[in-house]
Amino acid sequence: MDGRGPVLAEGEAGADRRTARRTPQRAPRRLGKQTVIFSHPPAIVSAASVVGPMEGKGPLAEHFDVVTENVLMGEKSWERAEVRMMIEASELALKKAGLQHRQVDWILAGDLLNQITCTHMAARTLDIPALGQFSACATLAQGLAVAGMILDGGFGRWCLVGCCSHHDTAERQYRLPTEFASQRPPTAQWTVTGAGAFVVGAEGDGPVITHATLGRVVDMGLKDPYDMGSAMAPAAADTIWQHLADTHRRPEDYDLIVTGDLAHIGSAILVDLLKENGLDVGDRALDCGAMIYKQSGQDVHAGGSGCGCSATVVAGYIMNVLSRGNARRVLLVCTGSLHSVTTYQQGETIPCIAHAVVLEARRPGQEEDR
Amino acid sequence: MVQASREQARRYQAFVRQYHPPRPVLRNCVLAFLVGGTICAIGQGLLNLFMVQGLPLKEATGPALAVLVAMGALLTGLGVYDDIGRIGGMGAALPISGFANAITAPALEFKREGYVFGIGQRLFQIAGPVVVYGMVAAVAMATIRIVLGLTGTGGAP
Repeated sequence: MDGRGPVLAEGEAGADRRTARRTPQRAPRRLGKQTVIFSHPPAIVSAASVVGPMEGKGPLAEHFDVVTENVLMGEKSWERAEVRMMIEASELALKKAGLQHRQVDWILAGDLLNQITCTHMAARTLDIPALGQFSACATLAQGLAVAGMILDGGFGRWCLVGCCSHHDTAERQYRLPTEFASQRPPTAQWTVTGAGAFVVGAEGDGPVITHATLGRVVDMGLKDPYDMGSAMAPAAADTIWQHLADTHRRPEDYDLIVTGDLAHIGSAILVDLLKENGLDVGDRALDCGAMIYKQSGQDVHAGGSGCGCSATVVAGYIMNVLSRGNARRVLLVCTGSLHSVTTYQQGETIPCIAHAVVLEARRPGQEEDR
Repeated sequence: MVQASREQARRYQAFVRQYHPPRPVLRNCVLAFLVGGTICAIGQGLLNLFMVQGLPLKEATGPALAVLVAMGALLTGLGVYDDIGRIGGMGAALPISGFANAITAPALEFKREGYVFGIGQRLFQIAGPVVVYGMVAAVAMATIRIVLGLTGTGGAP
């Protein structure tokens, strides 16, 4: 917190020597302060996305596997609809990978609702051992990172990583009843209705996860839950800065730096925060929340948010970008705002987190180059 | 964990403010005036209607308000009132139809949690504070009147 700009203090590059000495038999899999490097990068062999009608009218519509006709999906509650989306996305990802449920070792998934209930209700139906994940909207990157560690550590062959969110379930838990007549400020974001699922394998064809940088909690003292982009941008800047320091890379080493749901305001702040700290990301920076809806006409203010935001955009759009060869190496940085209704009402500031994973396109059979 | 000091938080707040689009205050005011004005005009029309039917002013206000409340509740149920609120802001919230919306919206929302813990418990989630502090304000005003020795006819209807 001293001398080095508002957020990015205490950065430290170089491997921790003590860790390396304690495990001399293996190549160190920790880089620097917060990064892990996978010795056998796990592959994302398939991905699937299910979105609601509003996301289906957005600019990325063609990249989503399923667009539902209404937000209730014929279920008796929005929560049930969210569970349905999670199950459908997971089933579809498994089908694309040609896998049976029982072949999957663990499901690593999360959502935004209290006690991540949607995830566990989906896991109940899928009947796969479950390890619930939560870091709000940064859950996707957390799930991919943990899956990477499990698979690279040899603790499994296949993991299913998933995230879901639903505008109406999030609204009624975090904010106001959906039919209440209120005006949202221009900084507000719209929770994405959608679910994304990824089958990650210890081996297989598809983009690989080479590194993961797990973020620290950053709190710059903002309190407004209708301005999450501004609150989360410093966490994203911190994780990106630390990732580049740990890996001795530059922004130019990445074709794309994709953030989760900073939306239009937060991503503009991020670019400038990084510039202040000597990192020019230029036009490499993309944001899932800024991409998923039309900037005008969909009345979403600053853009999309929610764990379903990064999950569906990555499962749909980013996976297509990688498989079509439009980008080779992507730094995915998912951002989460870790407040609850209670902390907000008690006047607490918003703690935020960002986790990052590196996704690299690999042609089948191509050896890793490190 | 990185937690900003009070000074850093203040600096960061000032820094992010330049990225925030300005609130369209003038547009919001005009729309609030138009939407609120329309609702009030409907209310006045209803009042006149009941008076033409032969009710004195004091007795006509009751049914006129009841119709506005029913209208607000019905439009909330049809999923229209939140759109009116999005456009009209306070113009849609302040008239009594907005109060009806504040009661009906949670009733719709929490019906799935049942009649006791859903509707029963949550019905006044938004309107509750209005009722509570409305009564507090009434008691405070009455106390002031008594203290100042003012006598009145019992307040507005």
